[in-house]
Amino acid sequence: MSMSPFELHRPDDLLSAVRLLEKYGDDAVLHMGGTELLLLMKLGFAQPGHLIDGKRIADLKRLEVADDRLTIGAGVTHRRIERHRDIAHMMPALVSLEKAVANIRVRNAGTLGGNLCFAEPHSDPATLLAALDATVDLVGPQGGRTLPLREFLIGAFATALAPAEIMTRITVPLPRVGARVGYHRLALKERPTVAAAVVLDDRRCEVWIGALTAKPLPVPEAAAVLASSAGRDVTAAAEATRAAVLAVDAGEGDDYRAQLASVMVRRAVADAQPRLAL
Amino acid sequence: METEFTLNGHAEVVDAPDHELLIDTLRARMRLTGTKRSCDVEICGACTVLRDGQAISACTTLTADVDGADVVTVEGLADGDELHPVQQAFVDHSAAQCGFCTPGMVMSVVALCLEYPDADEERIKEYLSSTLCRCTGYVKIIEAAQQALEQM
Repeated sequence: MSMSPFELHRPDDLLSAVRLLEKYGDDAVLHMGGTELLLLMKLGFAQPGHLIDGKRIADLKRLEVADDRLTIGAGVTHRRIERHRDIAHMMPALVSLEKAVANIRVRNAGTLGGNLCFAEPHSDPATLLAALDATVDLVGPQGGRTLPLREFLIGAFATALAPAEIMTRITVPLPRVGARVGYHRLALKERPTVAAAVVLDDRRCEVWIGALTAKPLPVPEAAAVLASSAGRDVTAAAEATRAAVLAVDAGEGDDYRAQLASVMVRRAVADAQPRLAL
Repeated sequence: METEFTLNGHAEVVDAPDHELLIDTLRARMRLTGTKRSCDVEICGACTVLRDGQAISACTTLTADVDGADVVTVEGLADGDELHPVQQAFVDHSAAQCGFCTPGMVMSVVALCLEYPDADEERIKEYLSSTLCRCTGYVKIIEAAQQALEQM
């Protein structure tokens, strides 16, 4: 497979990148690892005339770990997150999730921001980061803004990204020390077929189902059951998940999908590991 | 666009169209055909090369994206007639059948040896899980990887 010709631009800073995206409009796209974009282009699904390479923009590659949050530049590769010792210590669920993304070659090139901006419904990081209520910083011609990831993701391959806007970083607020975080997926191919992310905290529980719907699906009923039972009533949470998935107009095979989702929740709770201090 | 990079230890400057893919630069322009094109969608691993010591898929990497990088292909492993320890391990264990996937397998194991010199079997499987062989099993390949890890 080969691609139709394009011109590659290499801005050194965000503002220049935004200006280039503005200048070329619909004919331009931001290029980072290329693991999603170049595939689409090779398959003929996209034929941009201009690729704006963001890999020389230092701001996009910052990665900071603090007691209460992870700040991950949109251009940080999956592999860097996967091999980060502090993140492995504090948030093992995120690291084991990252280790499951595609394969080593893709993780060496592909970025977290690219994954989220691509908005493929079968994304591993989107589900867990939605459960953790991560936010994304965007910079565009009108300046910067911050959106919850839950709002940034609109649907299948659709995001709130405005024309010429660039995702610069992802902020992951960490639950309190001792809270448990779990992610479990079933993957028939490299991408998840169905996944569940859970956050088990005294005050706040979250249950999110990934890959079954166009964007991660919250299951507040299951979260409420877990919150009121100190994370113990897994059977009721699984049943609540089954009901929630059946309530979504998911089409053929609903029973099977609901069953898978409920099992993923059970396993995510079983897999959940405590968040440790830095 | 001109791309300056190190290829198998030698400085290279390639003037290629911006949309040229690394696999085409290697195979068609440099005549290094050890890097194989197979699935062409980053799944099979036949086109695995190292960029700054990390495994990547040459089929879905722009040549321009190795600018300033150190690239190693399977042709860059042997020292004259002396095989690289990973290559020798594949020979010693008969870890190839038709051989088409072998360059990618070898490069994946080289990446493993660089990144995890103390790798256990689970780690070996992690590195080989996305390098597909359709003729033989993986037992001999894993044994070859274990030998290479011991010797490097």
